[in-house]
Amino acid sequence: MDDLLSEFLTETSESLDVVDVELVHFESCPDDKATLNNIFRLVHTIKGTCGFIGLPRLESLAHAGETLLGKFRDGALDVTPEAVTLILASIDRIKSILAHLADTQAEPTGDDRDLIAQLEAAAEGGLQSRLPPPPVAKVEAPIAAAAPEQGDDNGRWDADQGRYLRPGEVSLADLEAAFRSADGPEVREAKPAAVAIAEPDEDRKAGPGASTIRVNVDVLESMMTMVSELVLTRNQLMQMLRATADSEFKTPLQRLSGITGELQDCVMKTRMQPIGSAWKKLPRIVRDAGQDLAKKIDLVMEGEATELDRQVLELIKDPLTHMIRNSCDHGVEGPAARAAAGKSENGTIKLHAYHEGGHIIIEVSDDGAGLNTDRIRAKALEKNVIDAAEAMSMTDAQIHRLIFAPGFSTAAKVTNISGRGVGMDVVKTNVELIGGTIDLKSRQGAGTTFIIKIPLTLAIISALIVGVGEHRFAMPQLSVLELVRAGKRCEHKIEQINSTRVLRLRDRLLPLVALSDVLNLIDDRGDPDHACIVVMQVGDTRFGLIVDEVFDTEEIVVKPLAKRLGAMCQYSGATILGDGAVIMILDPNGVSKSLAGAERAISRASDEAAAAAAAAKGEGDRMSLLLFAAGSAEPRACPLSLVTRLEELDASTFEMTSRGHVVQYRGRLMPLAAAGGSIRQEGKQPVLVFSQGDSVIGLAVDTILDIVEDRLDIQLNDTAPGILGTAVLKGRSTEVMDVGYYLGQADPSWAAAAAQLETRRVRKRVLLVDAHPFFRNMLAPMVAAAGYDVTVASDLQEARGRLAQDAAFDVVLADADATSPDALAEVSSARIVPLSSRRDTEAVPKSDRHALLDAIERAIRTGEAA
Amino acid sequence: MTTQEFVTFRICDQMFGVSVSEIHDVFRPAAMTPVPLSGAEIAGVLNLRGRIVTAIDARSRLGLPPSTKSKTCQRLAIGVERYGESFGLIIDEIGEVVRLQESELEQNPVNLDATWSGVSRGVYRLEDRLLVIMDIDRMLAGAGAEDAAAAA
Repeated sequence: MDDLLSEFLTETSESLDVVDVELVHFESCPDDKATLNNIFRLVHTIKGTCGFIGLPRLESLAHAGETLLGKFRDGALDVTPEAVTLILASIDRIKSILAHLADTQAEPTGDDRDLIAQLEAAAEGGLQSRLPPPPVAKVEAPIAAAAPEQGDDNGRWDADQGRYLRPGEVSLADLEAAFRSADGPEVREAKPAAVAIAEPDEDRKAGPGASTIRVNVDVLESMMTMVSELVLTRNQLMQMLRATADSEFKTPLQRLSGITGELQDCVMKTRMQPIGSAWKKLPRIVRDAGQDLAKKIDLVMEGEATELDRQVLELIKDPLTHMIRNSCDHGVEGPAARAAAGKSENGTIKLHAYHEGGHIIIEVSDDGAGLNTDRIRAKALEKNVIDAAEAMSMTDAQIHRLIFAPGFSTAAKVTNISGRGVGMDVVKTNVELIGGTIDLKSRQGAGTTFIIKIPLTLAIISALIVGVGEHRFAMPQLSVLELVRAGKRCEHKIEQINSTRVLRLRDRLLPLVALSDVLNLIDDRGDPDHACIVVMQVGDTRFGLIVDEVFDTEEIVVKPLAKRLGAMCQYSGATILGDGAVIMILDPNGVSKSLAGAERAISRASDEAAAAAAAAKGEGDRMSLLLFAAGSAEPRACPLSLVTRLEELDASTFEMTSRGHVVQYRGRLMPLAAAGGSIRQEGKQPVLVFSQGDSVIGLAVDTILDIVEDRLDIQLNDTAPGILGTAVLKGRSTEVMDVGYYLGQADPSWAAAAAQLETRRVRKRVLLVDAHPFFRNMLAPMVAAAGYDVTVASDLQEARGRLAQDAAFDVVLADADATSPDALAEVSSARIVPLSSRRDTEAVPKSDRHALLDAIERAIRTGEAA
Repeated sequence: MTTQEFVTFRICDQMFGVSVSEIHDVFRPAAMTPVPLSGAEIAGVLNLRGRIVTAIDARSRLGLPPSTKSKTCQRLAIGVERYGESFGLIIDEIGEVVRLQESELEQNPVNLDATWSGVSRGVYRLEDRLLVIMDIDRMLAGAGAEDAAAAA
């Protein structure tokens, strides 16, 4: 292409981008002379250049636009949205002509009389007086009939050019006069009318400085590649230097090393661009969207100067544009709805970019209505993104994240702006492609905030080098949270549930996956006493990756994978280490997928563990209760600590035996009982799993509702079998389950008879001593439900203390399995009832509710008789 | 009469030829890094003067038994540049450069194994042996691509 033309194209499209932004700004504050001057100057430059290199169509269009702008500048016309739209339309036309120029190097045929006529009419005040655009013939007439006297104000005859002047055009004679009358230093003023060079404009802060030059991106790219090679060579040399004890090369090599580092930084800087350059188009988009949707939207941009790699910038542009459109369309409400909600009519979309530890965070927030959780849930169900059971069990935040699911769009109607069903999932994919993450926060009525976290650059990353057997791999440092050494002599050790490996890490269970398993390497499972665990965070998932060795961290240059290898999700690239070896870079996203199946259950298990730990620590009588629905709409509760696990089992795996439903669970048969409702025939059946010693029992419920921590105060005793009584939990009356009853149904060895509850006259005080939290949690509510006042002690020591403090206990229930409750007899006159978890002793079996209540009753009676 | 120059090389007992213009260089693959989970014919990746080269094991690609030379560094690789990427085709032995007439190239025999006919452009009858002209593109594309091409 002609150098002149290509230069013109680049320059003009840059100018037009600026004009777009400035115009939108100008529309909102028409008094800003500086902005208007800048726009005028830019349009003028475009016009001038077009004339200079012989592009008549562009020139006349730009001229008409300039004339209108001139009237604004002179204050002859007021700025109206219609007029600005008109100018924007002509800018768009110019852009399309430019695109054609770039393709074919010639102006497209056809003309722009329609637009020019409108522009000229507007310049004559036509828009304000709502006059129809003047007939096209009027513009052409002077050319056809070359009669000087026909000229009026907008068509003066110019003898030098032999044609009528276009509106606003100055005759050559006038121009000459202007030149002549101008003083030397002020020639500049007349210059814009003459030719094409943009004036360096010192007082405009955004104006391009003279100290910049345009460099072809390819040159930068190849510089980057070469510097990368240089860095690698430097690393190799340094490694060799370390191997030799004393070398004359030492000093020069160290200088080389330093310079290479600086050079690398410099070249990296050339790739950096302020994020504002990706935002240039956004004000226009927001303005147009606002007009189309009849909404008033302000765009606030913060942190435009935040720099990031050009490559990343290019990749983030489209997702950002899409998100802004989305916010306009779905986020911000119309003026009426906003007024109704008590907000200002103008909605605000805020873009905020900032650095955070090697990342760029971009927040896109609106102050709109927020996400409609119910609608998203309904839509997700309708589109089969989730099933009904999942819909119930998901938290609001989880539901909100469904908008990132493929093929998901909640817009009730497809608008021009968005809602075509390719939406946030594409945004998410694009963001993840560059190693970023996206999340959202939404509050009903208060707005939505999207948080995008992207790496500064894709070319050089800091990576942890890990080893498995003979292999070494690089792991992006960004996703590594911490390193944990596990083994015999260490604080941490790897434990197993079934064959799943987990690690106790600060009160949480961390799911583990071995890198050798992920990559299908032949592995003898390493040395369990010397494993390193790389704790990683990918999105919401946190997991540990077991490796044999962790070497060090290195700044690595990411090289793309050959296409043959690119299909594997486990790798994101390859790199050359300082010693010259090629190693693969692991993709944390891909690795985490190996975890996918196991992940949900494990994370939930760890939640439970955390909840149980919290419950154990919980002070006083507060306890964690699991709320669920079974059989009726009313919530039911049972102490969470009794529950070993919560499971969702596939109902098709349930089998019927003479003793009822059973299911194969972790290698053994688990009897199932229904807690009220019926056991499902198909789909997912939520099951509470109870275990005692070696036996497990499942209790099928309809849905698991919640976990609350509260004081269990059973206020109404119930005579219905299986219900201990009713308590108020979370403001709702909740039936507290007699777990023993249901378990007895499923497995008679758990034997809990549905005994009739006796009415109590006076509340008797019972001290329950049991080292086992399971039994404390099971027996305490049961005894309390029977009308006793229960105090709990976890061992004899504590029990003695309680008895010493307060002798008014009527009965002491004490575990006889591990301790000798007789020791308590010395400190208290209360009757002691020994309990046992076995049935073959004289002690009262803990699992037999009837016998237990009987024994308490008898003890009280004998105590009263004595 | 148009003639073409071919570099000949040996894989197992078979001589192959590749047009000289297609070959970038010939090197000894050293310090190869295997890529777990990749296809069997991918011998690994290696560093060749700062470029990362994907090494393809020609024997594995052609369904031949692995070489008795257990260490790859005892073997040779033909360097090929394709689509901006560098590949190394690991062969057993490099031969010589021969000039052959294009018109003498014969079609693949119809009974040739599908894998082989997929990567062979034709056969030259040399005096003492047969020279299979290798289609490097197909050779590099991998077994999967072949099926896809057949399906399309």
